Amino acid sequence: MRRSVVPVLSVVGFLLVMWYAAAVWLNAPWAYDKATRSGEVLTTSTLVADTWSQEKPKLPAPHQVGKEIWKTTVEKKITSKRSLIYHSWVTLSATLLGFVMGTGLGILLAVGIVYNRTMDMSVMPWVIASQTIPILAIAPMIIVVLNAVGISGLLPKAMISMYLSFFPVVVGMVKGLRSPDQMQLDQMRTWFASKSQTFWKLRLPASMPYLFTSLKIGMAASLVGAIVGELPTGAVAGLGARLLAGSYYGQTIQIWSALLMAAALAASLVGIIGIIQRVTLKRMGMA
Amino acid sequence: MTEKQSVISARNLDLTFQTNDGPVHALKDVNLEIKDGDFVSFIGPSGCGKTTFLRVMADLEQPTGGTVTVNGVSPEEARRQRAYGYVFQAAGLYPWRTIGGNIRLPLEIMGVPKSEQAERVNRVLELVELAGFEKKFPWQLSGGMQQRASIARALSFDADILLMDEPFGALDEIVRDHLNEQLLHLWERTGKTIAFVTHSIPEAVYLSTKIVVMSPRPGRITDVIDSPLPKDRPLDIRDTPEFLEVAHRVREGLRAGHQDD
Ligand SMILES: Nc1ncnc2c1ncn2[C@@H]1O[C@H](COP(=O)(O)OP(=O)(O)OP(=O)(O)O)[C@@H](O)[C@H]1O
Ligand SMILES: [Mg+2]
Repeated sequence: MRRSVVPVLSVVGFLLVMWYAAAVWLNAPWAYDKATRSGEVLTTSTLVADTWSQEKPKLPAPHQVGKEIWKTTVEKKITSKRSLIYHSWVTLSATLLGFVMGTGLGILLAVGIVYNRTMDMSVMPWVIASQTIPILAIAPMIIVVLNAVGISGLLPKAMISMYLSFFPVVVGMVKGLRSPDQMQLDQMRTWFASKSQTFWKLRLPASMPYLFTSLKIGMAASLVGAIVGELPTGAVAGLGARLLAGSYYGQTIQIWSALLMAAALAASLVGIIGIIQRVTLKRMGMA
Repeated sequence: MTEKQSVISARNLDLTFQTNDGPVHALKDVNLEIKDGDFVSFIGPSGCGKTTFLRVMADLEQPTGGTVTVNGVSPEEARRQRAYGYVFQAAGLYPWRTIGGNIRLPLEIMGVPKSEQAERVNRVLELVELAGFEKKFPWQLSGGMQQRASIARALSFDADILLMDEPFGALDEIVRDHLNEQLLHLWERTGKTIAFVTHSIPEAVYLSTKIVVMSPRPGRITDVIDSPLPKDRPLDIRDTPEFLEVAHRVREGLRAGHQDD
């Protein structure tokens, strides 16, 4: 753990420096514009100061985003429509529901594919085809269709999350459930083990490392799905809604704070799965 | 003395694999009688069908001709009755189970009561001299210890027949000598019938009451040697003239099989 702190901090430091430099570079034209109109002459230090404190910068400086996040998390009640925590929760709930549904669907399909020849031949091509359709194209349709039958709110977004997250789970679990080699399967046969015993005692535990890897990818995909699901309907709540509203009104600071929040959310969710993975595999003697 | 009962009996056994490169005649007209309490070694060059023969006895492979009976019934029925323990070349322990857990696995599958499981695990661990390693994971054990654990696992449900396919093939000679000695003790104490595949002439002669010499293309039995060696065999029996004579005969048998090519 400690050994990784120094490299991580230096990377973060480097990124911050690059970010500030990019803010100067991208926001300078607007600063010059303003200066010309008011007849001022910009020194280097006033230029830099201006590019780091504009109200609607092309690229907000890190501290501006930081301040916005602070304002909208710590200083706002979480029930407030302007609280970023409230919006994060809206997105997170859809993410988690979609993730659970996607994982369930993925595991079910994988079991079917491994145990049923017909499913093996017929399902996998559809699973792959489903992922070649751009989610941005299909998301509005899912939302509209579900709205038409009276389903709105959490579930349509969760469906899109599920649509994105079941795929890595299917692929990973099929591989994991098939990971026992012929000898291990023969061994089960010599003990006259039933199909379900072979599944619970051999295939399932053998697939655990694959499952966790898939879950991490699935969780990240699920978050993307929930955010994408908030875009087409002009939803009023959620990180996706914040992104959309921010871009309507040129509120770049708001966009970036929503983006960072989404990234932090993704990192924590994947991190939590990583911890569960480590504990589980350790207890199974596999790590 | 009463006539010993036949445990495994093969009559005119034939097995041809259909492969993409045409048929492979793995076993041709194999006849063999293994009696209760025998220790039978199968020896022969690579590809002569030793593994295939063992797998037929275990109902892991279906013969294309002839018949095999195990304990007087078909291999499938014998497998259903859990009549044999099979030891593969690789230990094949589950990495997510402890040594104890691995040995318990067949017992769980066979529905042995929990209280009895613990007792049996202890007994077989003792038998292979691994007492005290029950809570260790496989990766914490050496290759030889893992192989002993896999033998313990095959012994745990107390089948009368033990089928072993080159169980010590991957181990160095010193460990192998030691395990051979242990295996003989175990066989003496338990009175099991053992079918044992090996590539090593000394190993075959040291362990067996009966040595089956095989040769390839098509896989067949070329010689069956009943060992004149006494049941009690210290390691240095391998320097006695009787031992060397049997070894010589095995070598001759192997050479004869090769000259047919
Ligand atoms: N499942 C299979 N499909 C096709 N051919 C097979 C199969 N199993 C074995 N064979 C072939 O049957 C022949 C006998 O194989 P087998 O594994 O029984 O030999 P072996 O005596 O055990 O050899 P080794 O000493 O190398 O283990 C070989 O030619 C092998 O290629
Ligand atoms: Mg073999």
